[in-house]
Amino acid sequence: MREKIMEILVCIKRVPDTAENEIELNSTGNDLNREDLVYSINDWDNYAVEEAIQIVDRVGGNVTVVTLGDEESKEVLRRELAMGANNALFLSDDAFGRLDGRGVATVLEKVVKKGNYDLILTGVQADDGASQIGGMLAAMLDYPYASVVNSIAIKEDKVLEISRETEGGNLEISQINMPCVLSIQTGINEPRYVGIRGIRKVASVEIPTLTTDDLGLDTLALKPRTTRLDYFVPELGESAEMLQGSTEEIITTLIGMLKAKGGLK
Amino acid sequence: MIETALISPAKAWFLFLPAWFFSLLIPVVGMTVFTYLIIRRLAPLMRAAPDHRFDRIPERIFQVLKIWLAQWRHPRYLFAGVLHIVMFAGFLCLLIRSTQMVILGFAEGFVFPGFHGVIGDVYNILRQIMAMAVLIVAVVAMIRRGIFKPARYAVPERYGKDHTAEAVFVLSLISILMLSEGLFDGSLAAAAAQQGMQAAPLVPGSLSWIFRYLFGNASPKTLQAIHLLAYYTHDLTFFSFLCFLPLGKHFHVVTSLFNVFFMRLQKGNIKPVRYGVSDEKLDDLNSVGVKKLEDFTWKHMLDFYTCADCGRCADNCPANAVGRPLSPRFLTIKARDLMFKNYPVYPLNAPIKPGEALIGGIYTEDEIWSCTTCGACEQECPLGIEYIDKIVDLRRGMIDDGNVPQSLQKPLKALEKRGNPWGKMEKKRGDWSKEKEFAAKYTVKSMEDGDTADTLYFVDSITSYDDRMQSIAQAATKVLVASGIDFMILGKNEKDSGHEVRRFGEEMLFQDLRDHNTEMIKESGAKHIVTTDPHAYNALCKDYNKLPPVEHISQLIVRRIQDGHLRLSPIKTEGKVYTYHDPCYLGRHNDIYEEPRMALDAIKGLKRVEMTRSRDRSFCCGGGGLMLFYEPQEDKRMGVVRVEMAAEAGANVIVTACPFCLINIEDAIKVAGMENKMEVVDLTELIARHIVE
Repeated sequence: MREKIMEILVCIKRVPDTAENEIELNSTGNDLNREDLVYSINDWDNYAVEEAIQIVDRVGGNVTVVTLGDEESKEVLRRELAMGANNALFLSDDAFGRLDGRGVATVLEKVVKKGNYDLILTGVQADDGASQIGGMLAAMLDYPYASVVNSIAIKEDKVLEISRETEGGNLEISQINMPCVLSIQTGINEPRYVGIRGIRKVASVEIPTLTTDDLGLDTLALKPRTTRLDYFVPELGESAEMLQGSTEEIITTLIGMLKAKGGLK
Repeated sequence: MIETALISPAKAWFLFLPAWFFSLLIPVVGMTVFTYLIIRRLAPLMRAAPDHRFDRIPERIFQVLKIWLAQWRHPRYLFAGVLHIVMFAGFLCLLIRSTQMVILGFAEGFVFPGFHGVIGDVYNILRQIMAMAVLIVAVVAMIRRGIFKPARYAVPERYGKDHTAEAVFVLSLISILMLSEGLFDGSLAAAAAQQGMQAAPLVPGSLSWIFRYLFGNASPKTLQAIHLLAYYTHDLTFFSFLCFLPLGKHFHVVTSLFNVFFMRLQKGNIKPVRYGVSDEKLDDLNSVGVKKLEDFTWKHMLDFYTCADCGRCADNCPANAVGRPLSPRFLTIKARDLMFKNYPVYPLNAPIKPGEALIGGIYTEDEIWSCTTCGACEQECPLGIEYIDKIVDLRRGMIDDGNVPQSLQKPLKALEKRGNPWGKMEKKRGDWSKEKEFAAKYTVKSMEDGDTADTLYFVDSITSYDDRMQSIAQAATKVLVASGIDFMILGKNEKDSGHEVRRFGEEMLFQDLRDHNTEMIKESGAKHIVTTDPHAYNALCKDYNKLPPVEHISQLIVRRIQDGHLRLSPIKTEGKVYTYHDPCYLGRHNDIYEEPRMALDAIKGLKRVEMTRSRDRSFCCGGGGLMLFYEPQEDKRMGVVRVEMAAEAGANVIVTACPFCLINIEDAIKVAGMENKMEVVDLTELIARHIVE
């Protein structure tokens, strides 16, 4: 196979790390109490970046990571640079304060158009998100889109063969033309560890910031069309469920329940 | 001119040439080849990472006298050890005689200065005894290696080839040396007797004595032939043996003296990432840790050369015992073989091949993560070969390449973000002291609340957060209060000690944790630190700098019992037989063996037995800190093996003094289905139950 140069954009997000937090609500009840939270890169996005790096390792090219958020979001850009991404873009503007999913996709559409990307990756979803950016972005760009992708193989020039995870753990193999948008499922690879030394090494790398002006965005187009009204933690159920039947039946039911809750794959 | 009964090699003729020509030629060729081999063997060491081993010379000399000369560790394996001690003593003794023999080939009647008088006579008797002893040992060793084949020497197929042939070959060479020297001596003595000349006294039963009588009636011509043939057999064997040494496991004959001189002097510590590079400068290095052969330090390479392949390390390694893909012995042997392969000695000036990646090459990732750093291998090695620093250096290399199992990435990230491997909230670190029933009786001071005290109880993560282990912290409180000690904890200001973070190779994260804790301890104003966790104890003692004195609670308990502050009631339970399990980081790494036993024995009526593997041969429970998160490939849990050992000793209660041992052994009892037969308790808990208020 001849040497290819892939330009890959990975859209990433800094999220409260659900595994390392005990979620409490704030006093108004419409958001988390963020004081005691620790943040990290959204898990799915981390797999997407790892996949992009592995593709570039195989065929050559560049990985660019992009995020939209407050100043602290640069932390996740640096983490992914330490991981092996080549470039980072930071999207920041007062107008980006309270975007809904469509708003974020609108900003990203401009970012994609400013570059020359063959492949755009997002995570399937964010810990605090709604799994909507990838699809919306692809639609706005009029690019092909595949979601819940758990393997990517480069076939001929500008053609990918991907597999998608469907309900019940089945696999569906598809062919897709580049440029395209893919949302990446966890488990597609084993993301490499990013050590403290790696992060310190990229601590002084300049990360360019893009604003509405840089992107030629009309702030009116960013106006949210959905508004969050409430956020709450459902009450835990009190009773325990006792499984009935023979040992075999109990085991079968239990495995089914564990599978349904994602405890078994 | 001394008259001799036979023509000496220095005066004989062979193939129309004076024999002294050959007597000189053999050593010159032998020494040239040997020198060439040594120079080639030194080539990788010249490319190795630096290592600082020229410090503390008196202690190093002491190690040489104890470990090398006195063969201190050999009798731990009694039979093999005694064989080796005799062989080694014989080697040292006969080195003088063998060298004298070589010189006799061209300088008739040569005697080393100082060996003319009584010393020479005594030496002559001694060397005859030693030669016989060495021959007996060589034959016994050959029978042992060739026929009985102790399991310790077996080489599993995946690790390479069996070395029994090499061992027997070398033992044969040694036997030939002894026999030829005896023949050389004996033939001369027989001839002297025939001619009525006075000869050096022979020790009855020695080889020279046997041959003197065996050939007592041989013709002078035969004796002359035997004399010269024996001489050149000895000469050729001697130099062949010398040149064979650097080609295999017998290189230790040459390198052991140096290896022991340069061996590690301190226990429980970890080498710096790179000698000569300060912590602040580590970020500037292109690569850290060991990724290729040349990243090892020269001492670590010397270790590889020095390994005698005796298998004592692997025999004691708990990872090897439970079928994890790690054997310290083969960690070394595989590296040695790689050195031999990539730095060949033949053909002359063969190209070297530096830079071969180790992980994915001779080592696998799982192999390197399988080590619990228990130190059993290093404790055992009679040659002072070290393993923990190499394992840590290899892990540093994998961390640097991002090559870390997913099971470890999560706790490492949590340690980075929250200072504990579970990612629990900082403010809940002191919650164990606020539990209702406990808090009704005891108030624990905390730096978090602005309290001060002279003694600081460093709790560390597992004892702070784990539901079961919190009971150790509460027991420690009871012990400290009963001992009349005013103490505090750091509360949310404490972070994980980072003990395993460092040993799993994430040096930078460890340094962040260390710096944070050091600052907090200094700020707290504590003058004395106590801990219930041997891992924290080892970290604070060995990995941190300039802290107030640190004590493990077992030491404090014994101190307070002895000065009368702590009084214990007699044993309350009947029919219990206790055994103490030495935690690796209390015992082997810090030599605290007595205090926990003294504390137990202070409880009147407590029946205590010892497991076969106790004290410095204790068997690791499965490892602490991050090892709890690692998912090893193994046939059996180490903890299960340990519980079985306790049962074998006749115990039904295992006492330990480490929260990780407690969690591993508690799990192991369940896994082994021995809930009704065995229980485990922490020393501090047991003492707390017997406090006389």
